[in-house]
Amino acid sequence: MKRFTGLLAATMLIGGLATAAEAKTLVYCAEGSPENFNPQINTTGTSLDAARPAFNQLVQFEPGTTNVIPGLAEKWDVSPDGTVITFHLRKGVKFHSVKGFTPTRDFNADDVIFSFDRQWKKDNPYHDVSGGAYDYFNDMGMPDLLKSIEKIDDYTVKFTLTRPEAPFLANLAMDFATILSAEYADAMLKAGTPEQVDQVPVGTGPFEFVAYQKDAVIRYKAFPEYWGGAPKIDLVFAITKDPTARWAKVQNGECHVMPYPNPADLTAIGKDPNVDLMQQPGLNIGYLAFNVTKKPFDDKRVRLAVTYAIDKDAILKDVYLGAGQPAKNFIPPTIWGYNDAIVDYPHDVEKAKELLKEAGLENGFETDLWWMPVQRPYNPNAKRVAEIIQSDLEKLNIKSTLVSYEWGEYRKRLQAGEHQMGQLGWTGDNGDPDNFFFLLGCDAAREGGQNLSKWCNKDFDDKLKKAKGTFDKAERTKLYEEMQVIAHDEVPVFTIAHSVVFEPVRKEVVGYKVSPLGRHEFQDVDLK
Amino acid sequence: MIGFIVRRVLLVIPTFVAIAFLTFVAIRLVPGDPIEVRTGERGISPERLAYFRHELGLDQPVWKQFLDYLWQLAHGNFGTSLSTHAPVLTEFATLFPATLELALCAMIFAVVLGVPAGVIAATRRGSFIDYSLMGVALTGFSMPIFWWGLLLILFFSVTLGWTPVSGRIDLLYYFEPVTGFMLIDSLLSDQDGAFLSALSHLILPTIVLGTIPLATIARMTRSAMLEVLGEDYVRTARAKGLSPFRIVGIHALRNALIPVVTVIGLQVGMLMAGAVLTEYIFSWPGIGTWLIESIQRRDYPVLQGGILLVSAIVILINILVDLLYGVLNPRIRHAR
Repeated sequence: MKRFTGLLAATMLIGGLATAAEAKTLVYCAEGSPENFNPQINTTGTSLDAARPAFNQLVQFEPGTTNVIPGLAEKWDVSPDGTVITFHLRKGVKFHSVKGFTPTRDFNADDVIFSFDRQWKKDNPYHDVSGGAYDYFNDMGMPDLLKSIEKIDDYTVKFTLTRPEAPFLANLAMDFATILSAEYADAMLKAGTPEQVDQVPVGTGPFEFVAYQKDAVIRYKAFPEYWGGAPKIDLVFAITKDPTARWAKVQNGECHVMPYPNPADLTAIGKDPNVDLMQQPGLNIGYLAFNVTKKPFDDKRVRLAVTYAIDKDAILKDVYLGAGQPAKNFIPPTIWGYNDAIVDYPHDVEKAKELLKEAGLENGFETDLWWMPVQRPYNPNAKRVAEIIQSDLEKLNIKSTLVSYEWGEYRKRLQAGEHQMGQLGWTGDNGDPDNFFFLLGCDAAREGGQNLSKWCNKDFDDKLKKAKGTFDKAERTKLYEEMQVIAHDEVPVFTIAHSVVFEPVRKEVVGYKVSPLGRHEFQDVDLK
Repeated sequence: MIGFIVRRVLLVIPTFVAIAFLTFVAIRLVPGDPIEVRTGERGISPERLAYFRHELGLDQPVWKQFLDYLWQLAHGNFGTSLSTHAPVLTEFATLFPATLELALCAMIFAVVLGVPAGVIAATRRGSFIDYSLMGVALTGFSMPIFWWGLLLILFFSVTLGWTPVSGRIDLLYYFEPVTGFMLIDSLLSDQDGAFLSALSHLILPTIVLGTIPLATIARMTRSAMLEVLGEDYVRTARAKGLSPFRIVGIHALRNALIPVVTVIGLQVGMLMAGAVLTEYIFSWPGIGTWLIESIQRRDYPVLQGGILLVSAIVILINILVDLLYGVLNPRIRHAR
């Protein structure tokens, strides 16, 4: 029987699957189609992943970490007051060739200027191309922060800022700061097809773009002249939207790496001898904010009592199904500055009752409890979390009403501070602690701001501002550690979890790292 | 006959406006704003939100948006995708051949197996064969596409390794699309094994998408056949001593096929609905996948335009079926 099966399979698939094993091509089962191939105008992880193989930034994240390392800039100098950053560019960096464009010169300062001007200057001829929305550039506050970008010579670029800002370098390692070819842009403008710059990527990255067929495949080949050394594999994105089908393809050897497995498949994946189930806590936090401007949560004892009352482990077991790590700080442990000395409050109903009694609320009180109407990476089921909290609080005679709105409305009302207790979360952009902590700062505590606790602690805020204006990493680390102690003591939020990111990777893949930033990168990967 | 055609075609215009209206309203009733969907929890400043909404015309009253939309449609403009900035019509045109190829294969599969199954069941009425065929048809009819697809993948692709899991062709083959039909393009490409690879990729999606039409056609053929077999002329033919094959295969089948053709026509709508799920499961780069992705992105123009274009095709096919019906059965022309 077995022989018959094999024979039939062979005859059915001559030249089909059989050849898949021979070529050294890594197939990545991507979860969706990119909108375009320009990270400046993308916002979704799917689109950023698709374009990333072609590009570099001035500085980059070391794969698998949130550390910032040199990219197209070999080194940089920061002026003593922290407002002038001079980048010294790498020499001899080649751009890719695509159909209709062959570069005539190496990468230089003009490319840097063009890449930023397009997003920043309204009079740049490319500013309005392809919709002209530069969400990330704007969200990271660049228009406000940048004073000027000047070309000193072909290989030196000077950025002047309106104020010192330590996360600036990490920001430049983000995808929106990708360096495009100014020469390519000029050529396309002359040809009357500027949109092509966003659809057919020309960059300096490890992989050269070959072709894209919507909803089916993206093809890249190793760029032999890559400044960091040519990759050992060609790269194909097989667009496969259904997570169970993705997993079937990995099992079948049709794909080597897949993102976002279906949680229900995780047990089976863990048992497959051909596959490594790689995992890492994601760069995110799911939390419950106490509105400290409203009674009774203006009383620290009440916030603490609620914290003691909630069974965090039950939430992690029931809602995250093991794909989460309990959060004791507002930043995930994969980020630098994480204070591991903090000890989380245990689940202790008696202690909670005591605290309530102290606060004069031993008979309980009524409150609302908001849950997001959507599934998010940091919180797969906010309603279920709310229900668990609700039943935990009932033991203290606290009656909570569950509240929710349509997603946009929900966020708006939370930011306006209409809630008493509300769930939300955050996914980090750049691996800088400031990217999380600003959510607890005084600036964000205004009505409509993103500090949902509306908590403004002067000590915390001073340290936050000081850390942001300091380039000394050791000093910043110290400040962030102290801030975590303050946040732990004052309990403006109940930190729920950091979700864990799982990635099934076939065993023949060598050198793949799960990125804490949620990226999927292949320049250092090889196949056995 | 001409009056019939004209009446049928004139009905199309109000149907289109109604579909355009329904999709337009339904999409706007779904919670979520395309801009907010894009920004996640970050939220953008109210000024920029207002700017984008204005740019997309979303700040206008809904009735005005709808009238603008109709005006554009009247000029053959189906809008531009919010996410890719490509014209909806262009995207549709590049993706539709994939859906058409799959739907055609599924329909051929359904007819080629369904009609004989129905005929056999009818001629063996009440026998074990009849009951088992109809039992299978009923199961097929009630099979949820999602589950059925995954089941087949699990069995044939993962356990047995006979068929590929998803996609249209092995990705190591690489050629430019010419016709958009993978079976034809792979032959044109002159690459060894490309055609077989394309064919093997078609097997499971064809079965999954063809199952419900197959079951429907088998059941319909059976009952139509039973009815015809009871008619006087069949009895006459029997009395004349014609071979059973001639009676069933020529005399009865021709008449039994008339209602079956209608059913096949009606199945086109079902086929399009089924294609959305089938394509999603098998990563088939066609209209279904495209629509699901646009729902996730709240890409209003793509959803509106895409659904309208798909409806247009379904309506067109229904008209053709009506006409074909008129040819097969001349009485119908006068009856209406």
